Amino acid sequence: MSIYRTHILLPIDEGTVLAGVFEVKRRLENELKTRKLDKEIKVLESGTVGLVGKGVILTVYPDRMYYFQVKENDVARIIDEHLLKGRVVAGLAHAPVADMATAATAEKSAKVGLTREQRRVVLDKTWTVDPQNINEVLAAGGYRALEKILGDSLSPEQVIEEVKKSGLRGRGGAGFPTGMKWEFTRKAQSSAGRTATGTEKYIICNADEGEPGTFKDRLILEGDPHKLIEAMTIAAYAIGAGRGYVYIRGEYELSIERMQAAIDQAREFNLLGANILETDFSFDLQIKKGAGAYVCGEETALIESLEGKRGNPRVKPPYPVSHGLWQKPTAVNNVETLANIPAIISNGAGWFRNIGTDKCPGTKVFTILGHVEYPGLIETDMGTSLREIIFSFGGGIKGGKKFKAALLGGAAGVFLPEPLLDVKMDFESLKENKAVLGSGAVLVMNEDTSIVDMLFSIAKFFAHESCGQCSPCRIGTQQILQIIYRIRQGKGLPGDPETMLNLAETMFKSSLCPLGQSLIMPIKSALEHFPEEFKVNNNNEVNP
Amino acid sequence: MSKQIQLTIDGKEISVEAGTTILEAARQLGILIPSLCYHPNLRPTASCGVCVVEVAGMPGPKRSCCTPVEAGMKVATNSRQLRSLRKTLVELVLSNHATECPTCVANGKCELQDLANAMGVDFDRFQLIVDDKPIDESSPSVHRDPKKCIACGRCVTVCSDIQSVFAIDMVNRGFEVNVNTFFKEGLGQSSCVNCGQCTVFCPTGALRERNETDDVWDAILDPGKIVVVQEAPSIRVTLAEEFGMEMGTVTVGKMYAALKKIGFDYVFDTNFTADLTIMEEGTELIERVKGGGLLPLITSCSPGWVKFMETYFPDLAGHTSTCKSPQQMFGTMVKTYFAKEKNLDPAKIVSVSIMPCTAKKFEARRPEMCDSGYRDVDYVLTTREFVRMIKEAKIDFKSLPDESPDELMASYTGAATIFGATGGVMEAAIRSAYFLLAGKNLDNLDIQAVRGLDGIKEATLTIPAQGLGDLPVKVAVAHGLDNARTLMDKVREQIRATGKSEYAFIEIMACPGGCVGGGGQPYGSVIADRARRGQGLYREDKGMAKRQSHENPGVTLIYEKFLKHPGSEISHKLLHTCFFERSLLNGSCVKEVTKKHAEHHN
Repeated sequence: MSIYRTHILLPIDEGTVLAGVFEVKRRLENELKTRKLDKEIKVLESGTVGLVGKGVILTVYPDRMYYFQVKENDVARIIDEHLLKGRVVAGLAHAPVADMATAATAEKSAKVGLTREQRRVVLDKTWTVDPQNINEVLAAGGYRALEKILGDSLSPEQVIEEVKKSGLRGRGGAGFPTGMKWEFTRKAQSSAGRTATGTEKYIICNADEGEPGTFKDRLILEGDPHKLIEAMTIAAYAIGAGRGYVYIRGEYELSIERMQAAIDQAREFNLLGANILETDFSFDLQIKKGAGAYVCGEETALIESLEGKRGNPRVKPPYPVSHGLWQKPTAVNNVETLANIPAIISNGAGWFRNIGTDKCPGTKVFTILGHVEYPGLIETDMGTSLREIIFSFGGGIKGGKKFKAALLGGAAGVFLPEPLLDVKMDFESLKENKAVLGSGAVLVMNEDTSIVDMLFSIAKFFAHESCGQCSPCRIGTQQILQIIYRIRQGKGLPGDPETMLNLAETMFKSSLCPLGQSLIMPIKSALEHFPEEFKVNNNNEVNP
Repeated sequence: MSKQIQLTIDGKEISVEAGTTILEAARQLGILIPSLCYHPNLRPTASCGVCVVEVAGMPGPKRSCCTPVEAGMKVATNSRQLRSLRKTLVELVLSNHATECPTCVANGKCELQDLANAMGVDFDRFQLIVDDKPIDESSPSVHRDPKKCIACGRCVTVCSDIQSVFAIDMVNRGFEVNVNTFFKEGLGQSSCVNCGQCTVFCPTGALRERNETDDVWDAILDPGKIVVVQEAPSIRVTLAEEFGMEMGTVTVGKMYAALKKIGFDYVFDTNFTADLTIMEEGTELIERVKGGGLLPLITSCSPGWVKFMETYFPDLAGHTSTCKSPQQMFGTMVKTYFAKEKNLDPAKIVSVSIMPCTAKKFEARRPEMCDSGYRDVDYVLTTREFVRMIKEAKIDFKSLPDESPDELMASYTGAATIFGATGGVMEAAIRSAYFLLAGKNLDNLDIQAVRGLDGIKEATLTIPAQGLGDLPVKVAVAHGLDNARTLMDKVREQIRATGKSEYAFIEIMACPGGCVGGGGQPYGSVIADRARRGQGLYREDKGMAKRQSHENPGVTLIYEKFLKHPGSEISHKLLHTCFFERSLLNGSCVKEVTKKHAEHHN
């Protein structure tokens, strides 16, 4: 095995691919070969760094330097200046790399944006390891947790106990304790009255990420698919499932490709399939592509879709833990939730509990977008303040504008105004402030943004994505859209805001699934915090 | 016995079986929770949300139609919050519904209208948003107006769960959601069997029969036409409920009187050809039993079943009786026998039938149904259309004095009348087959085993056949196409495994309850009502002097004068038909799977 003096990492995600990362890579490899540097300097593909809109990103190690917006023509200069002469290329956007995995976040850092340190539990390998090479993954500690469980013969109950003790809560939005979900699924009775086992149970990874402004699951899938395989295998072991499904949003082509490659490699290494690691435990999983319906992110709609039916939510109860896929006990977990599992098993529940808050231990992956300097993906402790996320990680408001509001949790989220910037970002604190963590999306709006416009696009989204089964949601979303439309045109009618709120409340109280129950959140928070924007002019006529 | 669950609803305690929904438990207490999409015979579609209730300890209201009871639940079915919610929900539904009550066929029977009216909703609260989607007029039987559809999903559920036809489903999503067929080609180009159960279960007037009343009025008002009418057995028992009389009352005399008042030239009765059908089908059965023909013999009176068989079980077409249905036998006889006897030009005869059935409209239009040299049946009206004609003619139906039909094609026996209820054709056939085989009448003509609303009924009887000894005969009756599918799957499997089936004769009716529950019958019936209608027919049968088809003097006369004998060559030419294999995708004929008429005889 050769030793290289320098590694160049090229993060591959859909943003960098579009920006031409493969062209840059080819040029780089050719140039290095021509100059006979290819034995000294190695070019590697990695998962995402989590930055959006920065073009091709090139990272030089061990120098810990990022270059942004790299074009093919910049390659020669980077080699000449940085790789040969050891100095930063003048005139190319760059920044030093922060220490992501080990930084102590308790210590307030003055650094902002890219130089801001992050504690990475979920995303620890996504940007340093080539996800397509299982050897790299194994070398970086992948599958150690699975090995620990099967090697030390931990019982399924012990695994569930450890997850319960860790206090891990579902990262899909609802925050349900993961250990409890597994326990219910493990203990669920099959129709014959005995505890169901083996192929009669299922583990499903919900990777149908559809919440607007959220792309954390995609980047985990693209950057570290092996971690999910490991986690699902552990989950299957814990609940007693023999089969698993990864339900991936159909548009996530790269995620699907990488996940499939990872599954194939894991099978080759006996990390999936019959008698995993030469034990009695067998488990296999396969990918199911979503067909583009937002509502299929709801677990029962997802299960319907997986069964080949129209993706309408089911009536609950019964819940999937007892009546899931093919009416068998099924645990459905979000990508990010599962991605926490290997670290919890490896380091112990106590370690996990030391991160984050008492009731919400661990880290959270946030997607910061909108009017900030550094939009992208970050991971930080639960309970970090919104202010810190926006102004430190996000680098503050772009162009020196003033902050107006943040929409937390995606379309099914809540608008928070400036006075609430110090709210702690965890399930409990947000609930106290009538907000939600949701998917972890933080959409930042500057002073020029119209809340009515925002609400209009949210309502449009809901109207488009309603499955149409329940009339409160099917017609309610449409009526709300009409009302916001006329308010936006300056033609609102007296009583419109109240009617809109009443409709949203009716939907909240009578819809079957979370989709219909969610529109209340953006509407209520918008009306509460920005009532002046919804003032209607009494003299105007109805919009035809 | 399954587990009992105790709970309290509106302060009243009740114990119900585990798995019961709150809505059903409340009904057991006599509390009717307002609802719209819920139907007692269908699994909940959970569309409208109107049935919300409050359950102590639960964070928000629950839908009672799909929330199972739990021990110790305390349920409130009404409150200011619930009333306000329900009002808003109904207002929302109205805002997406073409409210055309004055001209709507469901006016007065519309469940949305009832609810809106009773709850005093604000019709103008929301802007009316109704997409201008065209009416699906592609089917000869059922028309669908998407503008009136409230997407409750009942039609989809009845089509899949009760009928197992799967012709329609919800397509698109959100506000675009609508009921549609495969590739949105329309009901006329689908696997729809035209049974019309969707129209009966539709809470609004979105699904209805194809209207032919104008054509019939035009014919009646044309002095150059001789308009002849026949009425199916079940019509005489379902008119009553539409005119404020008790459900299950037989109003045959008033029915004839109303038809004469409307202006039909000759008023006959399908019951006449029901008896004729028994003679032909009974003979076919006996021939097959004696001659080792294909058994079981399966009835073919129900055109919904026939298309279902042609679509899903074309391999069993050879088992299906080649006899035309009573409607089609009648149509052929009117333009041949009747025309000849009365010396009329058949070209001037307009043959109208009044049927409980939307599939009869399709049957009358089948290209092969013109053995008289003309279209055997020109127009088919459903019970609902007939009721509208009576109302248009301003006839006070309830106080009409009884009248008799015209001579020649109206005499009937009790056996014909019970054709309208599930098991009736079987019972009638057994009565006559017994006589034809044993040379004597059954001791007890009431064959209880084939009556009632059980999905699949079976009976075994022993017929002391002359020259053959005691003949054990096992028969089965199924109604509702999902039951038919279950039975046919069994028959198909028996034939595959052993070369023969345990059954000799099978009756299938497409609609639950038989013709009294037909897709052309009055709106808004639940399946239990259909039993009450059926009992009316059994009462009429019981009270008749002649209760066996072979005793019908008119039938004896038609054989003497015209058809010679049951199963004769001319019978086969005029009274028998053939079947096709149909495409599951669009319902079109793929190929003919039974022999043509002329070849039946051999």
